[in-house]
Amino acid sequence: MIPASWFLILSAVLFLIGVLGFFLKRNIIALLLSVEIMLNAVNLTFVVFSNQHRQISGQIFVFFVLVVASAEAAVGLALVIAIFRNRETLNVDRSNLLKW
Amino acid sequence: MIQILFFFFAALAAGAAINVLVQKHVLYSALSLILMLIAISGLFILLRADFLAMIQIIVYAGAIMVLFVFVIMLLNLPADEDGADRLRWLKFIGIPLGLFFLFLVSATLWNVEAGSGTPSTFTGSPRAIGQSLFTDYVLPFEATSLLILIALVGAVVFAKKDL
Repeated sequence: MIPASWFLILSAVLFLIGVLGFFLKRNIIALLLSVEIMLNAVNLTFVVFSNQHRQISGQIFVFFVLVVASAEAAVGLALVIAIFRNRETLNVDRSNLLKW
Repeated sequence: MIQILFFFFAALAAGAAINVLVQKHVLYSALSLILMLIAISGLFILLRADFLAMIQIIVYAGAIMVLFVFVIMLLNLPADEDGADRLRWLKFIGIPLGLFFLFLVSATLWNVEAGSGTPSTFTGSPRAIGQSLFTDYVLPFEATSLLILIALVGAVVFAKKDL
């Protein structure tokens, strides 16, 4: 049997990669992909603890996270299309109208 | 044997996730993310969450990522332009700090002991998930339908021609 800590460390690694991608990439779509990596790392943690404690609730939560992720992807990509139509670029540093 | 499978899927997931960041063109990042989703689905099967593993492939890799790839191809993007960028030096601080954070988290997680439950035949079968979803969690389940409706309307409004 595989120890739970291995899964948890893998999940931490994936979450860290997602955070690094979110802060280092400058493309809006790459940012959205990094958010998906982070959501998957959290899903993995939920499933590990669901397996550990023999409770199905953790897997139900993964189900809800999936729903929210799909809604986020739909709205986020619609925003990406709107931004690209207005500005002809996807670099987040160029969208600085609200920046002081 | 099962450890070998774990290491295979773990290496695949971590490698694909790093490849998402390394790739210059965002389309290759999206394709690499699909590989990571499939690896995580394999890990779900190792954890006896069969239904979630299938849902992961069908919904995530099959629907959400297709949406991403569709938008990327629709916009006809140039290659990533984050070369000459004032935030470039953040890489040299962010990656060591991130690795230090990872070290702290791993040192804590290394001592997580096994759960108290008996090693019974616990599975996340569609039957078990459906039973829980439609009895204990029926209100959140209905609330998600409202969320999806809002997201649908919002996406249509945002993508309209004259925003």
